Amino acid sequence: MKVVNIFEAITVLTVLVFFVPLRWKQTLCLALSLAISAVTGYWAFQNLVYHSPVVEKLSLPFWFHSSLLEIDPLSSFFLLLISFGTFTSILYSRGYLKPYENSKTKQEFALHYFWLIWLQIAMTLVVILHEGLPFLVAWEIMSISSFMLVIFEAEKKEILNTGIYYLIQMHVALFFVLAAFTLVEAKTAISGFDGLAIYFKEYASIPMFLLFFAGFGIKAGFIPLHSWLPHAHPAAPSHVSGLMSGTMIKMGIYGILRVVSYLQFDLLEIGTIILLTSLVSSVFGVFFAIFQHDLKKMLAFHSIENIGIIGIGIGTGLIGKAINNPTICLLGFSGAILHVVNHSLFKSLLFYCAGSVYRQCHSRDVNELGGLIKKMPRTAIFFLFASVAICGLPPLNGFISEFLIYKGFFSGLGSDIYISLLFLGGIAGLTLTGGLAVFCFTKAFGVVFLGTARTSKVAHAQEVSSSMLLPKFLIGILIAAIGLLPFLFLPTIARISAIYLPSGMELPPDPFGSMLTNLSISLGLFLIMLIVVFILRAWQQKGRIIEKGPTWGCGYSAGDFRHQYTSTTFADNLNRMTSVFSGVETQYTPIPKEEVFPKTKRHYETHQYDQLEKFLILKPSKFLLNIMEKFVVLRSGKIQHYILYGLGFILLAAFLTVINVI
Amino acid sequence: MIATLLILFTSLLFPGIIVKVKAIVSGRKGPGLLQPIFDIVRLMKKGNVYSTTTSLVFQVGPVIYFVTILCGVFFIPFGNTEGIISFEGDLILFVYLLGLGKFFLILNALDAGSGFEGMGANREALYSMLAEPAFLILIATFSMMAGFDSFSGIFAHWHLTTGSSLVLSVLAAYILIQLAMIENSRLPVDDPKTHLELTMVHEVILLDNSGFDLGLVQLANAFKFGIYGALIANFVLPEHQSLPVRALVFVAVIIVFAVIVGLLESFRARFKMEKNPQFILTLSSIAALAFIVALIITNKLL
Repeated sequence: MKVVNIFEAITVLTVLVFFVPLRWKQTLCLALSLAISAVTGYWAFQNLVYHSPVVEKLSLPFWFHSSLLEIDPLSSFFLLLISFGTFTSILYSRGYLKPYENSKTKQEFALHYFWLIWLQIAMTLVVILHEGLPFLVAWEIMSISSFMLVIFEAEKKEILNTGIYYLIQMHVALFFVLAAFTLVEAKTAISGFDGLAIYFKEYASIPMFLLFFAGFGIKAGFIPLHSWLPHAHPAAPSHVSGLMSGTMIKMGIYGILRVVSYLQFDLLEIGTIILLTSLVSSVFGVFFAIFQHDLKKMLAFHSIENIGIIGIGIGTGLIGKAINNPTICLLGFSGAILHVVNHSLFKSLLFYCAGSVYRQCHSRDVNELGGLIKKMPRTAIFFLFASVAICGLPPLNGFISEFLIYKGFFSGLGSDIYISLLFLGGIAGLTLTGGLAVFCFTKAFGVVFLGTARTSKVAHAQEVSSSMLLPKFLIGILIAAIGLLPFLFLPTIARISAIYLPSGMELPPDPFGSMLTNLSISLGLFLIMLIVVFILRAWQQKGRIIEKGPTWGCGYSAGDFRHQYTSTTFADNLNRMTSVFSGVETQYTPIPKEEVFPKTKRHYETHQYDQLEKFLILKPSKFLLNIMEKFVVLRSGKIQHYILYGLGFILLAAFLTVINVI
Repeated sequence: MIATLLILFTSLLFPGIIVKVKAIVSGRKGPGLLQPIFDIVRLMKKGNVYSTTTSLVFQVGPVIYFVTILCGVFFIPFGNTEGIISFEGDLILFVYLLGLGKFFLILNALDAGSGFEGMGANREALYSMLAEPAFLILIATFSMMAGFDSFSGIFAHWHLTTGSSLVLSVLAAYILIQLAMIENSRLPVDDPKTHLELTMVHEVILLDNSGFDLGLVQLANAFKFGIYGALIANFVLPEHQSLPVRALVFVAVIIVFAVIVGLLESFRARFKMEKNPQFILTLSSIAALAFIVALIITNKLL
């Protein structure tokens, strides 16, 4: 029996989820997921360690014909990513879904776990299938399974609506990719990615690339194709949000990386397109995130930001390839690929923490929370940890990938004026993104976990169970490991990026030189100094009087929780500077002049409206709806009319044939 | 190593010099040069008062802030002699380490749960976000000119020879001095002498800190000034002189920098709070201008 048969067998076994008792469902799901991970892990290991490409024939029971699966370094990398992401997600789901056991039926749970495991299978298939039609089928299963996971609480109407909104957008994406594959097959007679090698050699690259970029970009969430993310992530259960944001949207990145690997001409133009789109995505993604009050919606906008950072890496690498500079190429692509891992780690950690907060407080509105670090200290520390990582601050993993991309930019500054200016823009954009991320996460962590509680919702919060903490702990270890010991991980990443090197160039044996070890040593020095100062501080405080007292109120002794900064006030000064872009609308009743001592209770609300979504999605779809509504007259309900329409159509077809139009 | 020791030593005098200059300009005698350091030492001998609202973050914040800046001092080279930490791309780590310190200082303020401290945290976050691009664009300019992306690489290949590089040096010195004023919360963005919490930026962040922690933050601020002074000093460090002469020049530049800060503070008023972001953004555009000048010098443009 070959390994691929085990994989086929597991896909059949997934139906077992429907037949086991409720308390075994999660365990079975986890076991099946681990079995798939073992198979894919074996393939990835074969490929990455023994450097042998894995090619197998896969015939799934529901599949119309057997198709070839091919595993190269890029696939192997994504296989490992998918395995770990799904593993932590299923692990976390047990504690998160527990409260639903009373309100949801057994079948609903079975359905949820069934689609959870199928999301993993679909993502696995997406990264190992190269042929056009099988790839698109796997892509479609991925969209449907994630849709089913998003609408877990389908009895709430807005969640169902959000799910459908998501499904529609995913199909728009599908049509772009479908159109691209059809065109490639029509020109080259080879279906799927393999046809691209010929296509890009003989036909114009840019239009075809843009078609793929639109399709995969919707999945990944590049601005302006991002509008589904801020809706779908808050609606989904937190383990699903974590999996979708951490792993599933990376399938869009996989698609882009795959297509880019076949490019041969117009590299500079395409690199510039990716770089500029990504810069806009990263800066505006984090900028919009600042104005969100919903914790998960804020994290969704941060996904857009991080997809932007990944894209910046890809664009930089491609420009490096275009100017035949292997250093920039390697730094850009390695930064991008490492950031894919990094984002999948800290973003799922953040979503799991946000889920734990939601579980305990039943609110995602940050302005209703506060002071949670005293109630949920472990969750708070994990959130802080992930915040430092996502802001790209040392000594954690987010810094390493941004460091590589910065290095790529700095290496390219010496070349011609076009690239110098482009890369300077990149440096400024990346720095601005970092600064805005610090702004956003100090706000989020400060408002949710520090200070005092703002509403009674926080009162009954307590630390979540250890089954919900374990996945966070596992992710945390990896975040710290990549941040402190990057030289362990980067040789593998460099090997994956080597497929993008300009033709005829080999991967140097020591691609990053002593840079990474120096980085580790510096960070180690920093940590040692930190420990020394902590010891000094502890030693100094021994025997001194340590007092407790109220917060300094500047002479005003009746301070209460309402004096604290909220999410709205924290974002206010930035909003005033940038009100043109931010789309923040404020609703409140102003205090009239004669009312010296306002008595009535007033509400002050701000909302951020996504203007891009308004112009790109809502207005056009409303316009279409308006036109479509005009045709309602035709729907008379009388059978005679419908026969008449049929007759009219036949006559029209006949007429058009006569005059040789069709 | 030399640079680190010189910076740490000169930084101790830095706050004293500023206070002294301001006193002399306004016709007073002023305290001794070491008075601010005595104050820090006194603080470090004291116990602590913690607000009941605060948590673990409040305890670790000042320590992390201090260590990031101390670590930042290690990066600064002495002319073409490398700093303690030196490798390709070290200046990215330098900027991000300082960012980490700010991150925890802001959280430290939010932890007290006071409206005033939230205000300070908010302003600090906004201003540092706006100031960072200016610093990195400036660094990118010099990195492009020198062809290196480490501090020692840049300074080893920087010579004040041609008129055009002089133009660049003037621009750089201007940006660095203004950035130092912003990053250290001095005039015209923030006034350390103000007594009204509503108009504070940096002081209000520390309202609840006391004892050892407060001493650490104040010491860190002195070092931070030293870092900026040393960066400017590295631009004018003579190349072919004996070590003592160069060390003397290095220290002298930092002291002159302190005097300039004192003079600037004496004759400058602070901006309205709303004008600050504009002012800080202008620095980024001046830095971009420096980049254009560098492009012209290296014959890429025109």
